[in-house]
Amino acid sequence: MIIDLPNTTTSKVSKKLVTIREEGGAVALGRVLTLIIATELGSEEAAIEAANDASREHPMRVIVLLTEPGNPDVEPRLDAQIRVGGDAGASEVIVLRAYGAVASNEESLITGLLLPDAPVVAWWPGRSPVTPASSPIGRIAQRRITDASAGEIPVEAVASLSDSYRPGDTDFAWTRLTHWRAQLAAVLDQAPYEPVESVEVSGAADSPSTVLLATWLRLRLQVPVKYKSHHRGNGSSGIHGVRLNRRSGAVVLERPIENVATLSQPGQPTHDISLPRRSLRDCLAEELRRLGPDLMYGEVVTRGLKEFDTEVRSNG
Amino acid sequence: MSPVDITAENNPLRSADDRRLNRIAGPSSLIIFGVTGDLSRKKLMPAVYDLANRGLLPPGFALVGFARRDWEDQDFMEVVHASVKEHARTPFSEEVWKQLAQGIRFVSGEFGDDEAFAQLKETLDTLDTERGTNGNHAFYLSIPPKAFPQVTEQLRRSGLAEAGSDEQWRRVVIEKPFGSDLKTARELNAVVESVFPADAVFRIDHYLGKETVQNILALRFANELFEPVWNGQHVDHVQITMAEDIGVGGRAGYYDGIGAARDVIQNHLLQLLALTAMEEPISFDAADLRAEKEKVLAAVSLPENLDEATARGQYAGGWQGGEHVTGFLDEDGMDPASTTETYAAMKLNINTRRWSGVPFYLRAGKRLGRRVTEIAIVFKRAPQYLFTESQTDQLGENAIVIRVQPDEGVTIRFGSKVPGAGTQVRDVTMDFGYGHAFTEASPEAYERLILDVLLGDPPLFPRHEEVELSWKILDPIEEFWADKGGPLEQYKPGTWGPTSADELLARDGRTWRRP
Repeated sequence: MIIDLPNTTTSKVSKKLVTIREEGGAVALGRVLTLIIATELGSEEAAIEAANDASREHPMRVIVLLTEPGNPDVEPRLDAQIRVGGDAGASEVIVLRAYGAVASNEESLITGLLLPDAPVVAWWPGRSPVTPASSPIGRIAQRRITDASAGEIPVEAVASLSDSYRPGDTDFAWTRLTHWRAQLAAVLDQAPYEPVESVEVSGAADSPSTVLLATWLRLRLQVPVKYKSHHRGNGSSGIHGVRLNRRSGAVVLERPIENVATLSQPGQPTHDISLPRRSLRDCLAEELRRLGPDLMYGEVVTRGLKEFDTEVRSNG
Repeated sequence: MSPVDITAENNPLRSADDRRLNRIAGPSSLIIFGVTGDLSRKKLMPAVYDLANRGLLPPGFALVGFARRDWEDQDFMEVVHASVKEHARTPFSEEVWKQLAQGIRFVSGEFGDDEAFAQLKETLDTLDTERGTNGNHAFYLSIPPKAFPQVTEQLRRSGLAEAGSDEQWRRVVIEKPFGSDLKTARELNAVVESVFPADAVFRIDHYLGKETVQNILALRFANELFEPVWNGQHVDHVQITMAEDIGVGGRAGYYDGIGAARDVIQNHLLQLLALTAMEEPISFDAADLRAEKEKVLAAVSLPENLDEATARGQYAGGWQGGEHVTGFLDEDGMDPASTTETYAAMKLNINTRRWSGVPFYLRAGKRLGRRVTEIAIVFKRAPQYLFTESQTDQLGENAIVIRVQPDEGVTIRFGSKVPGAGTQVRDVTMDFGYGHAFTEASPEAYERLILDVLLGDPPLFPRHEEVELSWKILDPIEEFWADKGGPLEQYKPGTWGPTSADELLARDGRTWRRP
């Protein structure tokens, strides 16, 4: 069910939500978090779809806040839309389109619609504020999700994560790495228990995830990491491969073709591993699983990135 | 900068701060005996696929089937494929399937056939090099308990039960029923533990409740809300129910002589009772948890007059929910004079200060109203001073209901004023469902079991001592019923059991809750 509320206010939207619940019982009370999706007008549907999908795992209230920056001359107006039932997965979605000066106080648009006592997660699927934690929406949220790969120059976006980091921040460039990291960690769970002497990581030049993977390995293993980037057209997107050099030989995890990686280790047959690029929905669902700050991510983007940067520069 | 040391205990890529990384099982294989059975097709094989799909299985994983069929690897692979397509919980992915299929093997033979076990050993040795399973093997005995001695002996004789080195492991998974009384339980245990050490034996039965166990522990001990009223001062009685809406179906032969009490009360219901009634453990270590459960099970006593404290029955034939069903005694292959109960109810007391005077009523049965497992803590009524009886005649007792399945969650029932000018108080409920509130779907019991087996997580659940204590509670009732003989009271299918069960509660001035 989709209900349009043109030219409205937050308080009218809130009242309408109560009416819908009383009339149809369509809106359950058991929601456990509010997800705020903040993006620009016109680019919302992909994000809403991902949120609807993720809500099958995790029923929530989704508030989509659409603004049009840099256009103060437009007639100030707030249009809202409420989606429940089949149009909203297991969540309820409130889309707010803020035009003109209405958008100048984002916090006031959101506050009246937050679920009482429940955690708030903010997600910027496109461009994100310079310092997410101190932005009007970021201040309300416990978790703030950005996506470095959505920026114009992703690798620079990674560098800025370092300066703006506050506990509770996270980035999809990091979420996309989880399966890679899990496979690498699993290799080191097994014998032979030899130290890793050096590491090579390669990936597309515009892949922020590759940088984070290299940083994480360097931080945890305390060894030099050789980072090789390829321009597009020369291989697939994202991460291409990782090589951990040990005395008994190298452990190589590579993804030469899409979705399938190969793992080779000395004295072991080569294995195929299903390692598809993760969808927005997957990434979002993983982020919503833990509502506390991701300390490891914090380490990686603060200390890790700085050290890595110095090292890369000193090696020319 | 010097490289970080890596040992079996210290993996620098894992950290307590890094909660995203799941543990992936190490290289290993799972060998299923009785692979043609229903359980294997509907539960085990799909669970293996789901684990693979979630990225929790090692790249070097193999699945080996052992059965009498004259199959090649290829035939078995097709069977697995079909069962995965039909029963897996996660979406089918061709890439995952291809990776899994590379490690699927089949060995054909009888349990008594030495040659077949030699063949199995050879298959596993080949997998160790070809697939890199590294000499780690788990045997899943999805077979009748009477075949345990033969299969475990074969595994021992052919050298399959023993790991090649300290770094390798062999483990075994067994299914219920684990014995039919204290004596046979001890015998079976002796057989299995003569071949596999206690911590290498995993009993699936207890896994059906692993998530539940942890949920109950969290509800009781992580909150301040419940524990202060969780005692005889406030609780009137406790009802623990496990109902199925199906009959014995094709398992008639197996079920005859076992019955509802041995089938589920001895294990599931007494486990639920222990978790509901036990004191707070000093830690979540398996040993500390067991200590508390063993204490409370040892404190369980039976009422003196078992005739008044137990009830049993058998389902009759008739129409149940739109389908005509066969009565228990008329099931295919059933002895028409069978005195095996398909419904059992009993009243137990717990001799501790906390539960003094609070009876625990347990009931389990087949062909009942619907499929449900729940624990209901029913409270005493509030003193009747303020409200007149006419104002509260629609008010029942307050209750906390822990719904184990389906729709796992907690319901709290309490009274609320009916809106309007008069003052009438009526029951209302507050509902919490795990499925509504959480991101992560609870892992399926078999997935969790297989993963724990491959990871070597020590089984949290009953070791043999607890199994023995449960039999000590049940044995006198079984003996009493055996002496009493048949025929048993028949109950209509799709109802909540025989009238004798209602009378059991009526004698105490109580009624069963409709679950």
